[in-house]
Amino acid sequence: MTGCLWLFWKELVRFGKVSFQTVLAPIITSLLYLLVFSHVLEGRVDVYEGVTYTAFLVPGLIMMSVIQNGFANSSSSLVQSKITGNLVFVQITPITYIEFFIAYVAASIVRALMVGSGVLLAALLFVDLSVYSVPIIFLFALIGSAILGALGIVAALWADKYDQLAAFQNFVIMPLSFLSGVFYSIHSLPEFWQSLSRINPFFYLIDGFRFGFFGESDVPIRISLGVCLAALIVLTLVTLSLLRSGYKLRT
Amino acid sequence: MSKCPAVTIENVHKSFGPVRALRGLDFTIQRGEFFGLLGPNGAGKSTLINALAGLVRPDSGKLAVMGYDVGSEYRDARKRLGVVPQELVYDPFFQVRETLRFQAGYFGLGREVEPWIDELLDALDLTDKVDVNMRALSGGMKRRVLIGQALVHKPPVVILDEPTAGVDVELRRQLWSLVKRLHGDGHTIVLTTHYLEEAEELCDRIAIIDHGGLVALDTKADLLARGISKTLHIHTSERARNLPPALADKIKRITEDYIELSFSLSEDSVMEVLDTIRDAGVHVIDIRVEEDDLEDVFVQLTRDARQ
Repeated sequence: MTGCLWLFWKELVRFGKVSFQTVLAPIITSLLYLLVFSHVLEGRVDVYEGVTYTAFLVPGLIMMSVIQNGFANSSSSLVQSKITGNLVFVQITPITYIEFFIAYVAASIVRALMVGSGVLLAALLFVDLSVYSVPIIFLFALIGSAILGALGIVAALWADKYDQLAAFQNFVIMPLSFLSGVFYSIHSLPEFWQSLSRINPFFYLIDGFRFGFFGESDVPIRISLGVCLAALIVLTLVTLSLLRSGYKLRT
Repeated sequence: MSKCPAVTIENVHKSFGPVRALRGLDFTIQRGEFFGLLGPNGAGKSTLINALAGLVRPDSGKLAVMGYDVGSEYRDARKRLGVVPQELVYDPFFQVRETLRFQAGYFGLGREVEPWIDELLDALDLTDKVDVNMRALSGGMKRRVLIGQALVHKPPVVILDEPTAGVDVELRRQLWSLVKRLHGDGHTIVLTTHYLEEAEELCDRIAIIDHGGLVALDTKADLLARGISKTLHIHTSERARNLPPALADKIKRITEDYIELSFSLSEDSVMEVLDTIRDAGVHVIDIRVEEDDLEDVFVQLTRDARQ
């Protein structure tokens, strides 16, 4: 397990060395979203009773940054190592594929939670936020970052060049995270778009996470938790099976 | 397991689509050997090394390092193997010492490895570069760090894949002095190189592979003895004329006072050649015999194999 801890530590040091880009920049971006959208849409969008639009927006933005940074950490690190060839130094060690998975996903979780906490702390300067359940908030942030950490590994294994990874990020991660109820409650959408939102797994992450703040959600918390846990289990199994088979890593 | 070879290669086959990269390679490398693995580009050397390191999975056959199967017992096998890859790969995020420390960590090594890292940095002449980012190092220095990474867990078997490609003479000397020291300490060294004089100077036994198959495997002395031809340089008092056709065919170059001819070790004798020249009425002033070196043997054997 020590090898796994060193790989995990290496991943933390890696993103720590470029923390302006990996931690600070996403916090600033989220704050800009918060300032612009809250200014433009406050009072114009129906959300939960007794909850201001700005307060409603904050958990969504936090989870969106958790999602995007969880994905970015594992995917960019792995794809760089793979394309530049230095991944070989990990591949020729006794580190098992399970340890490899744990190290990369754990590092993604740390970065995602750091960015998420940063967005939360910065948002508290502007908004009064209620907290319904800290464990639920933490649980959904944890599951969300783990899901995206694993998905980042899958995308980086699949991508043969940076361009393909960018495509995955821009055509899958970004639309799914933007269209998941970050900026609105899906109850304000027409029936068709509501149904479409319900097949977006990111919607359940955000809805469950938001429940942790307001005790209210678009779908029951048990369903959100169930969908998210199921997504995590499926994705973990898929990623482990790809790593075990040496997909695009060992010929 | 105490007496098993350092490296076992048993009937290993590997194809990449229609390309058969390894065709039934089968040999062992004994503990403590300085073993040369030679072959032209595309011969299968790197595929074999990658298979030993677990980066390539053979289609069939068995590979083991210090008796541990590289597939089923990969953790034990990899702890005992250090590989210096051919390409200058590095992680641009880290400095020299970090690179070595992380690498040691991947092998589960704790603080006890620190003195060895210091020793390695010293031996590789990197002491004043420990805090320099890998990106800022010259090619030769990056190569040294690669060697450090391969040695950081003190593996009993070290594979160096073209370690001196693009390395200047001074560094090459330093590298060989370090590798000789490792060999002296009991490490098994497997070397692939394009510089045949290096293999000739360093290796006890040499395998020549081509098209994924074994062309020759012998001690250096026996391999050199396979050199079929010698070159004879003869200084004469005058231009030799009227030489018998049997000898004239062997002449590579002839001037007013010099004859260069090649002859077969097994069929010709130097004395007979000289007698023939003398019989032609030419006085021999001086002779020099030049034997094939490993490069000639290598070229000859790989050419024969292709034919």
